[in-house]
Amino acid sequence: MEYLLIIISAVFVNNIVLSKFLGICPFIGVSGKVETSIGMAGAVTFVMTIATLVTYLIRTYILIPFGIEYMQTITFILVIASLVQLVEIILKKASPALYQALGIFLPLITTNCAVLGVAILAGQNDYNLIKSIVFAIANSIGFSIALIIFAGLREQFELADIPQAMKGVPIAFIVAGLLAMAFMGFAGIA
Amino acid sequence: MNQLQNFTKGFIRENPVFALFLGLCPVLGVTTTAINGMGMGLATTFVLLMSNIVISLVKGFIPANVRIPSFIVIIASFVTIVQLTMQAYLPSLFEALGLFIPLIVVNCIVLGRAEAFASKNNLISSIIDGLGMGLGFTFALTLLGAVREILGSGSFFGMKFIQGDGILIFILSPGAFIALGYLIMLARKVNK
Repeated sequence: MEYLLIIISAVFVNNIVLSKFLGICPFIGVSGKVETSIGMAGAVTFVMTIATLVTYLIRTYILIPFGIEYMQTITFILVIASLVQLVEIILKKASPALYQALGIFLPLITTNCAVLGVAILAGQNDYNLIKSIVFAIANSIGFSIALIIFAGLREQFELADIPQAMKGVPIAFIVAGLLAMAFMGFAGIA
Repeated sequence: MNQLQNFTKGFIRENPVFALFLGLCPVLGVTTTAINGMGMGLATTFVLLMSNIVISLVKGFIPANVRIPSFIVIIASFVTIVQLTMQAYLPSLFEALGLFIPLIVVNCIVLGRAEAFASKNNLISSIIDGLGMGLGFTFALTLLGAVREILGSGSFFGMKFIQGDGILIFILSPGAFIALGYLIMLARKVNK
């Protein structure tokens, strides 16, 4: 039940993009086409889950025992950056097809604040190992849902007749606002 | 490009938020009031300025293929300084900005300026670029914060000027997206 609550809360109620405002750059940047947004969603899910697992281990077995929690930001970002590199190298060898699919999105993930944000939040909420992983997966599902729905919407209004100054990013933000409003409808359920 | 242009480009023409669309997470996340937006903007300006200074000084010693990790470590150190200082002296602002303080480290505008400007230019230009871009970012955050605060709670920098509540939606997340969308549109009109 507790896990279900974490999942529903992270996917719908406190959606990482639409309510916590993390990962806005890829949300606006790579949501032009549904296909590319699925690629990005896959890459983020992958990296976010592994990053949360590794940073959990680092916090519990290195930072807290030595009393150096203030090093959290520096260690986490280094871990995430090297993890992204590592994942890229492994994928290239082990699964060229997946690498082809995720390829260009992987390096971008280092500066996706959703990954670092979820790793820090899992620690702030004092989740144990299993809960941290569930939290990471739920948040990446939330990110993927928001991104893919938004990409679908953008494909539609690409053809709409809108004022010149509104074209592109401004209208994208306003549509994102409406999407966020729709997600607020989930507020009562968890 | 002279130094004055270098300084002013961050405000409108190359404004990180309105023109380059960089570092948007804190822009939406903390701007429920003008003062929060300004605090976040100034914290980012400090990190941007200091990392620009250090990177411009050490750029000759860093091998090209490890430059990004090195930049990230430099940036993360200054973010930690900001985090600890703010926690000690401005606990209420620290509370309000929350998660977005450590997340300055992944703010694309900081790494973007390090990579695109400070690693290629001398100290003085890098300082001016850092200040200009940082203040441009602060300007954007304060403006968005002021718009949302005025519409959403009917106050400006905490001074209330209407009775009761404002349009609540502007304080909530959808209002952030919508207000920013309109501000970007206005910035485009001004740029033309």
